[in-house]
Amino acid sequence: MFLINCPYCGERDQQEFKAGGEAHIERPKQPTELSDDEWAEYLFMRKNIKGVQFERWNHAHGCRKWFNMARDTSNDEIKAIYKMGEKPPTQ
Amino acid sequence: MTQNLRVKSSEFIDETNRISFKFDGKTYYGFKGDTLASALIANNVHLVGRSFKYHRPRGIMTCGSEEPNAIVQVNPNSNITEPNARATEIEIYEGLEASSQNCWPSVHFDIGGINNFLAPLFPAGFYYKTFMWPKSFWEKYEFFIRHSAGLGKSPNTRDPDIYDHRNIHCDVLVVGAGISGILAAKNAAKNNFKTLLLDENNELGGSTIFETNEDNKINHNSASEWLKKEIYELKNIKNLEIKSRTSVAAYHQYNYLLARENLTDHLNKKDKKNKIRQRLLKIRAKKVILATGALERPLIFNNNDRPGIMLSSAIKKYSNFYGVACGTRNIFFTNNDSAYESALSLHNKGIKVEAIIDIRENSDAKIIKKINDAGIKIYWSHTIVDTRGYKRLSGVSIMKLSNDGTSVTGSKISISCDCLGIAGGWTPAVHLYTQSGSKLTFDEDRKIFIPKTDTKEQISVGSCGGDFELDRIITNLNYKLKNFLNIDKTDFEDIALENDHETSKRNIWLLPSDRSIGKTKSFVDYQNDATAKDIKLALREGFRSIEHVKRYTTTGMGTDQGKLGNMHALGIIADTAGVKMGELGTTTFRPPYTPLTFGTIVGRNVGEFFDTFRRTPMNDWHIKNKAEFENVGQWKRPWYYPKEDETMHQAVQRESKAARQSAGILDASTLGKIDIQGSDASEFLNRVYTNAWSKLAIGKCRYGLMLNEDGMVYDDGVTTRLGENHYIMTTTTGGAANVLGKLEDYLQTEWPELDVYLTSVTDHFATASLCGPNSKKILNKIIPDLDLSDDNFPHMSFKEVLIDKIKCRVMRISFTGELSYEINAPASYGEAIWQKCIEAGKEFNITPYGTETMHLLRAEKGFIIVGQDTDGTMTPIDLQMDWIVSKKKYDFIGKRSLYRSDTIKENRKQLVGLLTEDPNIVLEEGAQIVSELNQKPVEMLGHVTSSYFSPNLNKSIALAVVKDGKNMRGKKLFIPMENKNISVTVSNTIFFDEENKRINA
Ligand SMILES: [Zn+2]
Repeated sequence: MFLINCPYCGERDQQEFKAGGEAHIERPKQPTELSDDEWAEYLFMRKNIKGVQFERWNHAHGCRKWFNMARDTSNDEIKAIYKMGEKPPTQ
Repeated sequence: MTQNLRVKSSEFIDETNRISFKFDGKTYYGFKGDTLASALIANNVHLVGRSFKYHRPRGIMTCGSEEPNAIVQVNPNSNITEPNARATEIEIYEGLEASSQNCWPSVHFDIGGINNFLAPLFPAGFYYKTFMWPKSFWEKYEFFIRHSAGLGKSPNTRDPDIYDHRNIHCDVLVVGAGISGILAAKNAAKNNFKTLLLDENNELGGSTIFETNEDNKINHNSASEWLKKEIYELKNIKNLEIKSRTSVAAYHQYNYLLARENLTDHLNKKDKKNKIRQRLLKIRAKKVILATGALERPLIFNNNDRPGIMLSSAIKKYSNFYGVACGTRNIFFTNNDSAYESALSLHNKGIKVEAIIDIRENSDAKIIKKINDAGIKIYWSHTIVDTRGYKRLSGVSIMKLSNDGTSVTGSKISISCDCLGIAGGWTPAVHLYTQSGSKLTFDEDRKIFIPKTDTKEQISVGSCGGDFELDRIITNLNYKLKNFLNIDKTDFEDIALENDHETSKRNIWLLPSDRSIGKTKSFVDYQNDATAKDIKLALREGFRSIEHVKRYTTTGMGTDQGKLGNMHALGIIADTAGVKMGELGTTTFRPPYTPLTFGTIVGRNVGEFFDTFRRTPMNDWHIKNKAEFENVGQWKRPWYYPKEDETMHQAVQRESKAARQSAGILDASTLGKIDIQGSDASEFLNRVYTNAWSKLAIGKCRYGLMLNEDGMVYDDGVTTRLGENHYIMTTTTGGAANVLGKLEDYLQTEWPELDVYLTSVTDHFATASLCGPNSKKILNKIIPDLDLSDDNFPHMSFKEVLIDKIKCRVMRISFTGELSYEINAPASYGEAIWQKCIEAGKEFNITPYGTETMHLLRAEKGFIIVGQDTDGTMTPIDLQMDWIVSKKKYDFIGKRSLYRSDTIKENRKQLVGLLTEDPNIVLEEGAQIVSELNQKPVEMLGHVTSSYFSPNLNKSIALAVVKDGKNMRGKKLFIPMENKNISVTVSNTIFFDEENKRINA
């Protein structure tokens, strides 16, 4: 059970949060210009790596804010938490 | 049988408090402080169960939670009986009843015992190999297995006990109150850390507290006396909370631990009453100190499982702590010095020790001399090759070990005994450590897995960290503790320590016998009856991974998770396969460390507290008017309102007719309501719904369909424009929370530039939906000032009105196809407004109707219910709702997916109507649809999604999704059911009032 440091509320139990999958996948601005393959890439393809992964989390039972997390999926260590719109940390 | 084996009074047992209890129907006596195991042993009862597979007689083996054999049923004759309790952990109380498990009809005469003689038929993987084939035989096997083998019986009524949960936040959590745990907790608390100390036993002090070895001294005192003083001092320390009888079950990431505090199991019935039985502690600790100790290993030799064969350390605890002799003629069998301590301890109490059999060639420990002085014979370099006695050990046969330890030589010596203590060394209890995600390392020299790393948040101290000897334990504890807590000094760093050191070591995972391995039964996992032979067979059959061998042989898969034998299993695999143990790795230790009751897990969240109920403001009225309720998500919604003896069908038919012929009223308060405000609200709606919103006039309503980005229908509902920058959106009852979450997600992450604010107002409004040709007249009686003409208040529009000074929103919208008004009142006035509608509607026979009638009425009109007629694979086009998809809008959620190669396929499953050939047959929802009856295999074209008998059409109607359904209008299809085939014809989805005239009736 993680202890997650919501950038707006502080440390809270994982129970209050909802995971939202891989981060930094931007919705295409002009979907109609895309081929089926390009659209499928956005829609379906996710990395699911072993190691440090950037992912979206939502403080669903708290401030309802979305934010980003860098988490090592091999040992669940949370490396960093940063707000939406901010760039992922480089190591 | 009732021989008393109490050997001396013990300070831990209250001999003035005599307690009677029943085991297998017979009454025995013990004392306050006894466990069921110690009390039985005091009565010379060792045979307490039968093994799982071979039904071999088994006795008490240990004195703790690692017990594999003495698994009993508590209160066997009660409806609330509890299976799989360990006799070594049950503290006896007046009136306790327990019985053996795994034996039928009794522990002394057991039918399954025949399996022991059929053992050659039960090799590793037996269950996989035999019962899987032929399949038809399974039923026969099952009866036999369930009747003669099961692990106890479960209770069959509701658990009457009270359970509780508690959240604890602390600076330092110490698990285990042996000498290391006590010193760690004391020093943490003294240095102002808020500290919690947990131990699974009722007494603190671990094994040191009953230590009698005179060679172990602290400050020139015996270690046990010194520790007692330390424990006494704990009482006066602030910041320290101590919980005994509390076992840590799970250690999750970020120092989140679950522990079970046992509060009343040791009390008699009277004192138990009205008290919390067990409490689940949910602990979040900044730092965790693991001081969980070590488990003694057995030795693996032929017939090592007879009642009377016990761990050497257990024999010592029974005599030193409980004052009970486990036998009158004892033998010890060992590979290390610790068994000598146990032997000497017995000898000093006048309990006879016949011999010590040691697989080592010698030992230079000081204690050897004392054993010699006591006249106890030691057989060096010997091993036990066999044991005797069926229901109780009666003797052992020993032979000399070869130099390489793989065979035996010389002649066989037979020694009789009634108790055998086995000492195979120590396994650090690293279970919790590994649960936390931390990794182990294998010490090849000492043949133990020990924690690889300590961290800023977690350390392992004492024997669970690999330190077994007093001076090493204390010195390392002092060093680790100072680093971990960042303190300059501990209060024990200057104590004087004296203890002996073990220098001679020899480890043989599987001890040889004079018989070939095929003819031996050397048990590795006692509870699951897995033998060394089984493990070797698994390897011969090609299994290599320890995880596979474990599952194939079931080694380590019992309720004790193989706490005793896992290391031997690994060792035997390593030896046989010729690999190093460190390279094999170990199996995963999963939570819980010891079994948890379901009661503890659920705590107070039982019955009506299991899940939250949501009730509408009109709920009391519904109850008064005898509504039957339906669960919709967490909501309790009126399902139908039966009158007198009406069946559900009769009630729904009556309600449905009334709503179309005169007037009906529905509680629609549960629909999700989201208040949308901001200068970009219109643009936002444009992006989230498939249709256009910019031109919706203030005061108008519009139906919207929301898709997922994959193009599939996600939710629907009517949204009303209340002002220039203000909308109120309704969602489906079940989808409200998810829709809000999804919209927030887009706003915060994809379109942060939009000026839009979302607020859930579902609970702020109560909604009464008036429907039917007389609804206008009723509304007119309630709000006489409001002009209800079609010009002033047309379909799909909204008015804000006052009803008795209460500000309400009235929408003229319809989910039934009838003229219909939805009155939204502030929640606290919901019941009053509802009551007003009922009063005003009396002269029109206004009929309250529930969700079932609502579903029927909308189905007559072919209106979909998201989640019933759709399942996450339906696009608006599949639903034949092309009209709601804007061609002009550049983008909206899911738009691009509507022309992916798959979604534009012509022959996707599409929503159609179905009419049965016999209008009286109502189809089953979920029934499969085919076009051919005599073809095998036949393609499933789709299924029925909604089906009702329509009283207004006087025939059966259904909605269904059918492959290529759009092109099938008029085609005959079949619904094969168990007893009959039903013929249907594909129709339009709108069955009633296709021209939509009634909306303006
Ligand atoms: Zn927050």
